Amino acid sequence: MPLRDRTLGWGLAAPALLWTVAFFVVPFVVMGAMSLATLDGRTLVWGLSLSNYAEIADKAYIWRAILVSLEITLTVTALSVLLAYPLAWIIAFRVPQRWQRLALLLAILPFWTSYVVRSYAWLLVLAREGVVNQTLMTLGLIAEPITLANTRIATVTGFVHFFVMLLTLTIFANLVQLSPNYRRAAMDLGANAFQTFWHVVLPLTLPGIVTGAFLTFVLCIGDYITPQILGGNNELTVPQVIMVQLGRRADFPLASALAIVLMGLVTLAYLACARWLRLDRI
Amino acid sequence: MSNCLARLTGTTVLVCAAGAATAQEELNALVWCDHTDPALIEPFEEKFNAKVNLREYEGTGAALALLEQSRPGDWDVLVIDGIDVFRAVDAGILAPLPADDLPTADFFPEVVMEENNSADGQVYAVTEKFGYNTISYNADAVDEADMQDMAAVLSEKYAGRLSIYDYYLPVMGLAALADGIATADIDGTSLESIGATLSTMKERSASVAGVVAAQTALATGEVDIVVGGGEWLTAVLSNERPELTWTIPEQGAVRWTQSIGVLADSEKPELATEFVKYIVSPEGQAALATSSCFWGMPANAKAGDLLSDAQKTALRWDEQPDYLARTQLYPAPDTDLDIEMQDLWLETLSQ
Repeated sequence: MPLRDRTLGWGLAAPALLWTVAFFVVPFVVMGAMSLATLDGRTLVWGLSLSNYAEIADKAYIWRAILVSLEITLTVTALSVLLAYPLAWIIAFRVPQRWQRLALLLAILPFWTSYVVRSYAWLLVLAREGVVNQTLMTLGLIAEPITLANTRIATVTGFVHFFVMLLTLTIFANLVQLSPNYRRAAMDLGANAFQTFWHVVLPLTLPGIVTGAFLTFVLCIGDYITPQILGGNNELTVPQVIMVQLGRRADFPLASALAIVLMGLVTLAYLACARWLRLDRI
Repeated sequence: MSNCLARLTGTTVLVCAAGAATAQEELNALVWCDHTDPALIEPFEEKFNAKVNLREYEGTGAALALLEQSRPGDWDVLVIDGIDVFRAVDAGILAPLPADDLPTADFFPEVVMEENNSADGQVYAVTEKFGYNTISYNADAVDEADMQDMAAVLSEKYAGRLSIYDYYLPVMGLAALADGIATADIDGTSLESIGATLSTMKERSASVAGVVAAQTALATGEVDIVVGGGEWLTAVLSNERPELTWTIPEQGAVRWTQSIGVLADSEKPELATEFVKYIVSPEGQAALATSSCFWGMPANAKAGDLLSDAQKTALRWDEQPDYLARTQLYPAPDTDLDIEMQDLWLETLSQ
């Protein structure tokens, strides 16, 4: 490649590189270094201590928090995919093209509301005196209000409502790029509707599913608000443990070590997704 | 000629106006949400032709970290948890206050807290507001007699009907009082007993909630009791929902206080001191006590002259001598005990 083209290439890539270095690499290095520091009273002592990681390994409640975070995140991701796929399918193949934009707009409408406001709205819907309980009681399906708010069900409901919208967008983008000839060819070769979907459409739309699922995993496992508002803080998650470290004692070293553990979980999820995204499987 | 004169006069007026605008001083205050009510801040701004920039924070650790990361002079005033003034003094971030100019003689004596707000005979902060972490409840949904006894509140009768305030220090203080342990006597050996009471609380609770979530839960009927609540949770709703109220059980309750001080690096120490003096004046105290964010008792008893009867009833003004006698300052652990208490709290939350 001529020198001029290379220079131009670096010049064009420079803003993105600078952005990544400034807002990802540098903060990550600082966080990594902070996780190896310690607190002596209120004085931060820089060093290469693994004491924060030893503390994490030693505390049962942190392990339980990691487990709860993973359980909630995996449940939310699976449910969101199961709900978003049919929705994206309907918008892509059943809604006339001229209405697709409106359908997508309606699907992402809840994004326009503040995340916190939406969580509190769900709390009111799921409360003992809320819409769900009132409706079930009016229909005679229950005699007494059932507990829905402040449970894991409420946390998962709030998350799924949010992430179905996100996944619908990524899956829809994948579905509309799919040439109808693939489905026609499968049908011509004798495949029924299910076989066509299972052996042709689903594998070809995996990149959209996995991309959306990975984003869901990342955003869900690091979320602090929803388990607090909708789950009633009844289950401890990793972000909540991090917040407690910062609130009163400002224990940035331990909070950073916990954040690195969280990043480790996200990296594992990425590696799992990367395997699915291998080109030879598409 | 007259046109020129008019233009010149107009320009002069504009220049003078611009000069006046730039003369307006700005004060940067790191505060709790109750200081963001315009009814509290605007009278000061008008009187001193100043603009007060307010930044809310939660948790002393967060405030101290923010101050450490700021440039000297960025902040002028700090509102801080009464039990944490010593941390700010130790960190050298508070300036001495002119004790003679502060109306502490008019304060409720129990909340002057000279030992908390001073070091080496020098006053660094002044108490501005106080209240209780105790039992808030819906009087229409519970037996009010039960609310006078922590054992009844935590009994099977109210299982699933209570919420716990999400802050470990006051709630562990309440658990200690329920066990007959004074908050000042909490140490490593008493944590086992406190932990057992906390577990019972958690077992009986429907949620562990922050300020807004606890208020919402009580107002929507999701729960009938908030352990760790108090006037700061329900008094603001006293007009619309008089059945949401609070009491101090026979075992006592925990008293919270907040203090205000001037930062040592402030470049406007005079104006900052005037702000502190305004906040602890009867006018400032009445507005702070009934702030739209949360209500609480003013430290200055003379604020009572400016509060309405309804406001004083919601704050239980007349019961204060009894309440002050029956409550204890909430736990102020040293670093090691704080870590132990926090671990116990998180352990309980994870169960």
